[in-house]
Amino acid sequence: MKADPKGVMTGAFFIDGDHACAEGAIAAGCRFVAGYPITPSTEVVERIAERFPLIGGLFIQMEDEIASSIAIQGAAWAGKKAMTVTSGPGFSLMMEHIGLAAMTETPCVFVDVQRAGPSTGLPTLPAQGDMMQARWGSHGDYGIIAVCPNSPQESFDLTIKAFNLSEQYRVPVLVMLDECVGHMTERVVIPPADQIEITPRRSWEGPPEGFLLYKPDKDGVPPMVKAGDGYNVHVTGLTHDERGYPVMTAAVQEKLVHRLVNKIRLNAEAIVEFKEDQVDGAEVMVVSYGITSRVAIPAIEQARQEGLKVGHFRLITAWPFPKRRIRELSAKVRAFVVPEINYGQMVHEVERSLGRTVPVVPVSHGGGSVHNPKDIYGAIVNSLKG
Amino acid sequence: MTEESMDVDVSMPTNTVEEYLRMERMPHIWCPGCGIGTTVNCFVHGLEASGLDLKKVAVVSGIGCTGRVAGYLKLDSFHTTHGRAIPFATGLKLANPELKVVVYSGDGDLVAIGGNHFIHAARRNVDMTVILINNFIYGMTGGQVAPTTPVGATASTAPYGNFEEAFNLPYLAESCGAVYVARWTAYHVRHAAKAIKDALLKKGFSFVEILAPCPTLYSRRNKLGDGLDQMKFYAAASEIQNDADTKTVGLSFQGKIVVGKFVDKDKPTYLDAMNTFYVQKFGDRYAPYKG
Amino acid sequence: MAETTPKKKGLGSVVVNAERCKGCAFCVEFCPARCLEISEQYNAKGYHPPVLAAPEKCTGCNMCGLLCPDFAIYGFMFKKKKK
Repeated sequence: MKADPKGVMTGAFFIDGDHACAEGAIAAGCRFVAGYPITPSTEVVERIAERFPLIGGLFIQMEDEIASSIAIQGAAWAGKKAMTVTSGPGFSLMMEHIGLAAMTETPCVFVDVQRAGPSTGLPTLPAQGDMMQARWGSHGDYGIIAVCPNSPQESFDLTIKAFNLSEQYRVPVLVMLDECVGHMTERVVIPPADQIEITPRRSWEGPPEGFLLYKPDKDGVPPMVKAGDGYNVHVTGLTHDERGYPVMTAAVQEKLVHRLVNKIRLNAEAIVEFKEDQVDGAEVMVVSYGITSRVAIPAIEQARQEGLKVGHFRLITAWPFPKRRIRELSAKVRAFVVPEINYGQMVHEVERSLGRTVPVVPVSHGGGSVHNPKDIYGAIVNSLKG
Repeated sequence: MTEESMDVDVSMPTNTVEEYLRMERMPHIWCPGCGIGTTVNCFVHGLEASGLDLKKVAVVSGIGCTGRVAGYLKLDSFHTTHGRAIPFATGLKLANPELKVVVYSGDGDLVAIGGNHFIHAARRNVDMTVILINNFIYGMTGGQVAPTTPVGATASTAPYGNFEEAFNLPYLAESCGAVYVARWTAYHVRHAAKAIKDALLKKGFSFVEILAPCPTLYSRRNKLGDGLDQMKFYAAASEIQNDADTKTVGLSFQGKIVVGKFVDKDKPTYLDAMNTFYVQKFGDRYAPYKG
Repeated sequence: MAETTPKKKGLGSVVVNAERCKGCAFCVEFCPARCLEISEQYNAKGYHPPVLAAPEKCTGCNMCGLLCPDFAIYGFMFKKKKK
């Protein structure tokens, strides 16, 4: 379906990634945001607080991130598209509730504008250190989706995508921004509402009799209902059967967790998105995401000018990881170079995906700034020296 | 009486409580002599008396023995994470103000781990009813000390006796802004049912504390007998003082229990305050938020 | 399910689901008419459910039903038959 014109601020703007993310949420139909201030994400909720009252949205600054991350789930079960926004320390606090959303299959969006950690770290400076946490941060096994914008325009576009994926798969979706993209001001084009495709809530339209809240459709995703419509739903974080009732047995656990994991894993081909540049015949493949993908460009250009065949593979979805495509591309590649503003996180996924021993060179640092392109260039050149 | 009895219909009606329960999940998990089931009867009676549209009633609970109530009620029910029923309920209510949202949880869940959320929801006067079953202990996990455990009582994590002061819950609720505050015990079934009815019909943050026995852990550890002994104690030690100053209704170990309706006042709810504010600010440009 | 056959005496009677009872005796202790007693019988779990020992005293007030934590007993008032 098309976006609601009431919320869409059609036009061309000069705004930063945080602001663009807020507009993306509004365009996607989000009308409930619960958040807590934390640098460098605060501008997202500040803009939401300004925009919501006149477009029928409700923003509430909750008392902490734990409250925010579950208030959005209450709102989702009342039928709303809901989002919360945070950075590293808040992201850590939200982990239990990301697991709750995965377990109860509650569609909602979590935005993490990453800053240098661990702990309080460097609140105003960029990093990409939460990428593994995005996949594995909550206890237990579940599938999750994460997207990585590399510009304010993508902050707008991929936030819409995040909402759409969340509705499609009844799963929490993470928007992994970083402080640099979040605070970078660039041109953002917001199209007319009828050019924005949004995914509606997968609702069960039938009668309550015989309805099973957790009985999946063919793609492994169960249709949803909301409170107040007479379905007498029961939603619990305990291991549950198709009725939603807690059943404390290993057999039910296996059935449920198997489906939660495979809901994303088996639909990965439909979910993953990436951008490729000159990957055919590449000798060296740079795999990057977020702001680092832009910092890598001058390094790649320079190496190409010197005659090296360098491909650039950019993750749009970090999770699920495009394992199959990376493996495919590795056939003739002599080395992979993975620059990240962390001490090596997505590089492990690249290594894991490769079918044979191909050197994988991380370009890591502790965060607080973007890479110096020279370091990426150096890694590209040295990667071929065996 | 015998003359009338010939004209009397002696067919047995069904137990109306069962209409509100997910009977396929019976028997429940609560111990013999546990008072939680008793409070569920009070809730059902209060809900029935309120006349509320059951389709619009949603129950949210946290983790613990009382938290299991949500799973047994045949209403839209949400069994959330430990301590976080109130913020979930806030999201549910603010996203659809037509819902009547009830938080039904235990003392540890609502005022220990959930303490921060309790005080803020009361401060905001979010329109919800919080039913707190106080058994002075963390029951589900085996009897640990709670912020409501009286000084001198023992618990598994206070094996030599608890020396921490306990919360005076009605005082806490009132001081944070709750518009309706009452305390009853599982013995006072009719009062509790009426309090729940009044709390459900009250606009704003309404709070009902109901003391209930935990025979397996609190009573047994503290040599207080079984559930019935605790209920008899409630009957003997309770004193009804409606409109008591909540500062004075703190509880001590096996001491006097002041019960009653302590606070019943009116204040704009969170959404009322929001809409009034924005109408003033934006005039006709603002459409009052209805969900 | 063992049910007490309602007698025509008294203003009401009770229905006991003996198998659900966990023997807490709240109903027996707090019945305002003191017409319930703990039975000599026991159910499959070994608990002694209540029995309406003095049916003529039962008013059908349903205090027992309100008190019972196991939903194992409830009281009801006899209605006049419609003529």
